[in-house]
Amino acid sequence: MTHHDKRTRRDALKCLGFGSAGTLFALAGGVLTPIDLAAAIPPSEPRLALFHKPLFVQISDTHIGFSKDANPDVAGTLNRTIDIVNGMAEQPALVIHTGDITHLCKAEEFDRAQQLLSRLRVTELHTVPGEHDTTDPGAAQYFARFGKTSHNKGYYSFDHAGVHFMALVNVMEFKNGGLGTLGEQQLAWAIEDLTHRSASTPIVVFAHMPLWSVYEPWGWGTGDVAPLLAQLKRFGSVTVLNGHIHQIVQKVEGNMTFHTARSTAFPQPVGGEAAGPGPLKVPAERLQQMLGLTTVSLIEHPRSLALNDTTLAGAE
Amino acid sequence: MSRFVVVGLAGLLAACSASAAPSAAAQVEVTIENYHFVPATLKIAAGTSIVWTNKDDDAHTVMDASGAFRSDALDEGQSYTYTFAKPGRYRIACSMHPQMMETIVVQ
Repeated sequence: MTHHDKRTRRDALKCLGFGSAGTLFALAGGVLTPIDLAAAIPPSEPRLALFHKPLFVQISDTHIGFSKDANPDVAGTLNRTIDIVNGMAEQPALVIHTGDITHLCKAEEFDRAQQLLSRLRVTELHTVPGEHDTTDPGAAQYFARFGKTSHNKGYYSFDHAGVHFMALVNVMEFKNGGLGTLGEQQLAWAIEDLTHRSASTPIVVFAHMPLWSVYEPWGWGTGDVAPLLAQLKRFGSVTVLNGHIHQIVQKVEGNMTFHTARSTAFPQPVGGEAAGPGPLKVPAERLQQMLGLTTVSLIEHPRSLALNDTTLAGAE
Repeated sequence: MSRFVVVGLAGLLAACSASAAPSAAAQVEVTIENYHFVPATLKIAAGTSIVWTNKDDDAHTVMDASGAFRSDALDEGQSYTYTFAKPGRYRIACSMHPQMMETIVVQ
C-alpha cells in the first residue's frame, strides 16, 4: 500500500461510523479478505469501478404496501434503488429479489411491485417468496406472477456465466415454534441438484430467511438446512444470500460466505436489541443509510465472487 | 311426517341452548403485540369466539397448527375472529413468524 494508507483508512472508518460504507469482500481460496473501499479507490473514482462487470444485484424486502412510520414511501425507496441499478456503469444481467416483495400479499401490492420492478434495465429478475408474499391460500398471488420458472414449486436452479444458482424457499413449510423450513422434498431436490456440479463451480444459494442461525429467538434461521450445508462444503466458492432481517450480517465458514441484505423499505433492529423484530423507526436522514442493495461480481483469478453493499445514501 | 318435524325441532332447541349457555363469555379478546399472542394460553367454553387483534406495525396471521383455520395477513389494527365449536387443545401460531405460539383449550 502507499502513503495514502492512513488517510484513507480514517475515511473508511468514518464511512463505517455513518453506516454507509461500501465494504468489499473478496473471497479467494476460502480466505475472506475484507477491503475498505475508501482505501482501495481514490475518492475521485466511482466505487463500482473497482469491480468487473457486476454478475448480479440482490435487492430484498421491498414490502410494497407498507406505509407505517418507519417508511411511508416504500415505492419511493424502491425507485431510488432501481435508479442505482440502472445507473451502474455496466448493467448486471440479473437481479435477484430475496423476498417480501409485498407487505400484505394483496393482488394490488403484487401488481404495483411488478410495475415498479419492470423499470429495471436487466435481462432477468429472479425471485424467491418471503413470508409476507405467501399468506394467501396456496401462495396463489405469488405463484401466479413468479411461479413459472419453478413450475409453481418456488425453488429452482439455473446457470449464468459459469455460476450455479439455487433459489430456495424456506417460508412455506410451517413448523410450530420453529425456524424457517426447507422441507424434505426441497432438501432432497437441492442435494440431488448439487451432485451434478463440479467442485470448481461457484455456487450461489439464495432464500428469504437466513439459511444460518442469526438469532433464533426471533426465528432468524432455517431449522433443517444442515444436510444442504454439508453438501455445499466440497465447493470452492459458495455464496449464501438472504434477506428477511433488513440488515447486513455476514459469516464466513471455510469456503462459504453467508450474507444477509439490507431491505429497500425499512430497517429492523439487531437481533435481541428490541422487544421484537418490528420495523425500526429512524430519523428520515438516517433511513437512506440503512436501506440498500448488494452487488455481486465475478472475479476470474481465482474464480470467486465479490460482494459489495451500497446504501441509498452511499450512492448519492 | 309429524314425528320427523318434532325431532327436527328438538334438535334445533338443543343447538340453541348449547350456543346460548356461555353467552357471557361468547367473545374473548386476544392481542398480538411485540410478536407475541397475549395471553399465550387460554381456556374457553365450546362455542366461544376469539377475536385476535394485531397491535404491531408488522403484519401477522392467526393459524391453527393442524390446519383448521388460517387468517389472511393482518395489518396493524386489523382483527380475525374464529368460533371454537369443538372441545380440544388448539395450537395457534403466526404463519409468518413461527416463533409466535398460543395454546387454547376448549372445554
